Amino acid sequence: MNQVDARGYSCPEPVLMTKNALKSGTPLVVLVDNMTPVQNITRFASNAGYKVSHKAVGDDFEITIDK
Amino acid sequence: MVGFDSSDDAAVYRVNDSTAMIATVDFFPPIVDDPFQFGQVAAANALSDVWAMGGAPRIAMNLLTFPSCLPLDAVQGILAGGYDKVMEAGAVIVGGHSIEDKEPKYGLCVMGFARPQEILTNDGAQVGDILVTTKPLGTGILSTAAKAGLLSQGEFDEMLAIMTTLNKKAQEAMLPVRPTACTDITGFGLLGHVQEMAKGCGHTVELWAGAVPIVPKALELARDGIIPGGAYNNMSYLGDDVAIDSGVPLERSDVLYDPQTAGGLLIAVPEARAQTLLQRLRDLGVPGAAIGRVLPRDSYMVRVKPGTM
Repeated sequence: MNQVDARGYSCPEPVLMTKNALKSGTPLVVLVDNMTPVQNITRFASNAGYKVSHKAVGDDFEITIDK
Repeated sequence: MVGFDSSDDAAVYRVNDSTAMIATVDFFPPIVDDPFQFGQVAAANALSDVWAMGGAPRIAMNLLTFPSCLPLDAVQGILAGGYDKVMEAGAVIVGGHSIEDKEPKYGLCVMGFARPQEILTNDGAQVGDILVTTKPLGTGILSTAAKAGLLSQGEFDEMLAIMTTLNKKAQEAMLPVRPTACTDITGFGLLGHVQEMAKGCGHTVELWAGAVPIVPKALELARDGIIPGGAYNNMSYLGDDVAIDSGVPLERSDVLYDPQTAGGLLIAVPEARAQTLLQRLRDLGVPGAAIGRVLPRDSYMVRVKPGTM
């Protein structure tokens, strides 16, 4: 599965990394370390027509993006 | 006269029966790369609190931190930008202090004066008042995008023009209309400052989301998830004090929470004088807009409706 580790990056980098990774297709899993990129990536991906969900994994968050 | 017990923009000290002194301080790290522009934005932001309180800035002092590796012309650029805006404000820089630090930061301590009876606070709004803003929203989102090079030169220039416009003319338009309350829109976003106004006066503010001027590019960026963390902090801090109607598009409500740098004034004025205020703002070239009104307190401090009134 396509995966991006955006932990340690601050906005808007995680969104831009996600946008870039989506060029290689879905499903895509994005790891981030706080809620701001979770909310930003959710807004970006759902407005671009994808299905988005996220779950907490330890102190981090895993966002899954699919068609 | 005004101190820690309210959430106003500046402290106010009554010197004597005809003079009140307004004191405020504000500084932050660079939000644009160019030193001169950063100095201008920081100064416009620091000066603003004095106008929001109804006073005229007179004396300012620089606060500067910079790393030893920062070239001297960058330091000079920042100070020249600050000087430029302080001059435009009709005030003078009389000194300041700088220390070495890992990150550059710049701002000013500003003192201004007003007659005590003309001091404006953010808690005086009355039921029936109309709320007016004087600058479009979106600078937090736009500066986040600028950091990643996502703005065209024209979009960047528009953002910079908003952040370097002094609130001097807006205040000049407002004072003769005798507003009931005033503040400036900064880090808490429009909704944060509207909530403070509602809390302070004990009434509820109804905002018309469609009437709030917003830079179109900021709405586009919000849809793309280019929103600073501060907007989400404002959202969770305000929580249930704010009710947003489900008819308000998400990107529009996101911008209402967007932290602003050197934002415009938020003015409450009795409805009978609102048109006069808007006309005076237009005459001075200030983009004023009526964005809501004050209602008797209900279960929310702020209600956001779609539409334009």
